[in-house]
Amino acid sequence: MATASPLQPKKAIPMAQELTDLDQLENQSIFILREAYHRLKPLAMLWSLGKDSNVCLWLARKAFLGRVPFPVVHVDTGKKFPEMYAFREDYTKAWGLDLIVGTCPPVEEIDPSLPPAARSAARKTAGLAALIERYRFAGVIAGIRRDEQATRAKERVFSPRGATHRWDVRNQPPEFWDQFATPIEDGAHVRVHPLLAWREVDIWRYIAREKIPVVDLYFAKGGKRYRSLGDQDITFPVDSEARTVEEIIAELYATREPERAGRAMDHEAEDAFERLRVAGYL
Amino acid sequence: MTAASPAIRSETTVPARAEDDAQPTPIVIVGHVDHGKSTLLGRLLHDTDNLLAGKLEAARQSSEKRGLGIEWSFLLDSLQAERDQGVTIDATRLPFTLEGREFVIIDAPGHRQFLRNMITGAAGASAAVLVVDVAEGVRDQTRRHAMLLHLIGIRQVIVVLNKVDLLGFAREPIETAAASLSALLAKLEITPRAVIPVSARHGDMIATRSPHLAWFDGPTLTEALAALPRPHALDAGPLRLPVQDVYRQGERRYVVGRIESGRLAAGETVAIGIAGHRARITALAGWPTPPAQVAGAGQSIALELAPEVVVTRGDLVYHPSDAPLRARRLAARVFWLRQEPLRLGENFHLRLATAEYKVRVTAIERVVRIDDLSVEAGREVPPEGFADITLTAAEEVLFDPFRADGAGAGGRGVLVDAYQHIVGGAPILGVAGGRENVFPLDAAISHGARAAAKGYRGAVFWLTGLPGAGKSTLAREAERRLFADGIDAVVLDGDTLRSGLNADLGFSPREREENVRRTAEVARIMAEAGMVVLVALISPQAEMRAEARRINGVLFHEIYIAADASTCEARDPKGLYAKARAGTLLGFTGTDGSYEAPDQPDLRLDTENLAINEAAERLVAFVAEAIAPPSSGDADASGASRSAVEACP
Repeated sequence: MATASPLQPKKAIPMAQELTDLDQLENQSIFILREAYHRLKPLAMLWSLGKDSNVCLWLARKAFLGRVPFPVVHVDTGKKFPEMYAFREDYTKAWGLDLIVGTCPPVEEIDPSLPPAARSAARKTAGLAALIERYRFAGVIAGIRRDEQATRAKERVFSPRGATHRWDVRNQPPEFWDQFATPIEDGAHVRVHPLLAWREVDIWRYIAREKIPVVDLYFAKGGKRYRSLGDQDITFPVDSEARTVEEIIAELYATREPERAGRAMDHEAEDAFERLRVAGYL
Repeated sequence: MTAASPAIRSETTVPARAEDDAQPTPIVIVGHVDHGKSTLLGRLLHDTDNLLAGKLEAARQSSEKRGLGIEWSFLLDSLQAERDQGVTIDATRLPFTLEGREFVIIDAPGHRQFLRNMITGAAGASAAVLVVDVAEGVRDQTRRHAMLLHLIGIRQVIVVLNKVDLLGFAREPIETAAASLSALLAKLEITPRAVIPVSARHGDMIATRSPHLAWFDGPTLTEALAALPRPHALDAGPLRLPVQDVYRQGERRYVVGRIESGRLAAGETVAIGIAGHRARITALAGWPTPPAQVAGAGQSIALELAPEVVVTRGDLVYHPSDAPLRARRLAARVFWLRQEPLRLGENFHLRLATAEYKVRVTAIERVVRIDDLSVEAGREVPPEGFADITLTAAEEVLFDPFRADGAGAGGRGVLVDAYQHIVGGAPILGVAGGRENVFPLDAAISHGARAAAKGYRGAVFWLTGLPGAGKSTLAREAERRLFADGIDAVVLDGDTLRSGLNADLGFSPREREENVRRTAEVARIMAEAGMVVLVALISPQAEMRAEARRINGVLFHEIYIAADASTCEARDPKGLYAKARAGTLLGFTGTDGSYEAPDQPDLRLDTENLAINEAAERLVAFVAEAIAPPSSGDADASGASRSAVEACP
């Protein structure tokens, strides 16, 4: 065996692994979460108990090395599925989360000009607004994605909201080269969207890769499963035989039905969801 | 009224099966308003079978409601105002697949008022499709968008000449339009990958060839898209890790950030920030399991470093052998997004990755005329305008020049106002006004090689203090002792320089500055050649010494020779205090109170309480430590810069 000569070149650095599409999404989301944590104080993350916000929480644990350093907020309409409440209790403990539960006003207090399902969904907007005001959050992280819904496709990663929480869709700030606007005015906050670039199938592929727990309602029972989870009275299951994460992934590659087909408020009128969002819905 | 009627207001396209886990290729569609971008996209999604159930029908219904035939653009323009006005307001991103390869299509608005939205969409793209109405030809937004592609570094451009059906598919006018487009792009150093005549409304040359365009032998749009190179990671470039934050967990401290280019591995020595402190990467940390101990461009990582040097957000981590540039005066090519003009003398914050610097617009060199892309002198930059400007920072900026070919992530400057609103992009092209304050940080090969050969490294020790404080005396004594130890030391003192190199200079503030600048430059040249340079110069103003430090970078060490003015006057070795008191010497630093003592010198020698011997001994010991070569390639290879810092109080 040859001995090392001082003239031999130093051992080359091993190649870093080529990033896959999921790696790329994960790294970008972690970057966004760390930017939010630095720039927006106090900060909170919304936890709807659905698949997307579970992925968001998981990414936060990665970004902050295991511990989520800000409170996790569940805006509770009181009408979620029992499985979701059980999930909330279990994982708040298991993951050591600082959980804040916010309540929502009764539907009678909501804009009666909205179609019924949208009016019901708008309770959550009001509950969220009250909570942001109480805790004076400067930043609120939400797990929405561009591919869920066409007006969400127009969102910014950092979406500033004025004191009224309205989304000024005609006047969004420029956002490029990973520089995010963080305007500071009284009572304003910024919605932070680390999952904007993810697609539904990416969420499930990541859940499979990382073994992230989700509520059982996503898996088919008796030929039906929930593809998107909201309030019990305005969310409907879709036909499906997918009983595992892998089967869900296979189903998503085959389907042509949109994800939020089972969410009533999206379909009541052409502009129903845009009106909800402009008013501060997620 | 539920799952039975999926409306347009949900996801639009079919998810692609990621066959090879490759990252999708982001493509932006740009061009003048009404030249048919959204229509082109709607048609493309339809003709390539990328639409979800119900989308086409819903678009047809929304079109009929507004008294229109099928509006392909309604597949993308989802906002009410967009549909009512028939314009795209904000960018939409849609995943899209072509024969197994994934793309993300970004539909950018063409209206001038929404330029900020166009940039938001375009900046994330690696390629662009520029849509031009063949009958209307090049318009303002065509030029503006092409200019922006140039400025944000997109070089892969496909040109679509749309609405060729309106010209009856005639060859001659189409070829004329193609030639003028190519000429415009050539001015912006863009060579289009293809110029394709298309009728988006009817689908000619989108996914299938057209019988009306038999004479055209170029690719269809889908063929041109499929032939685009895949976006590449920047692993091969120099290591650039902008620090995002530092987290503490118990005893541990993690430096976090995303690698912009290059790669790193545990065990390596890195340099950090403007001061260039050295530290070794002891580990890459992660959760739930420790990650690979090597990482590359695009990865968000957490590092543990030893020793615990001071690291803060905005610091750049790099390999000492591959340092970025540093300068205070920066040449930038700005694209301006505020609704009122950019004016000379305005102050902003310049964001560069995670760093933020206070800057002032100190020159507007050239303003681009949008009607022909020529440049002219100007005193302000109009809204949505472009210009070459000089930004002067309050402190030195570490940066890499912007790469217009997208081959690097450096120089991506963004201007924000006092309210943290983004008001413009400012790609940093280089150092403004020549190269005088640009230089490699340290460890230029020749410098390192010299240090290895001689057993010590060249450096500059800048002795400042009142006249009579003992600068020259101490410098000469240290020179003698160092030379006796085999170290090539030399003294540059103010009087000697003024008798030759600086003989043309007087004592006005401007001339004093120039005196300091020349001295600093000469010192740098000598130190880089491996010599130990002892400068003895009053250099009364802090700003002068800061300039000397800027010129010399990590080579520089400030040494304050401290003594009371009364002591100095009593010593008066050159009789200058006496002359000043007698009124025959005006503007004398010793008596006019203009001397600014350093706040944080690297070393302070109090000659009132130290004997010459003692002071010289301390100076020599400090010099010896500062010029000691790195012991090996790793942990404590901190050399000059770290010892200088440790000597600070």
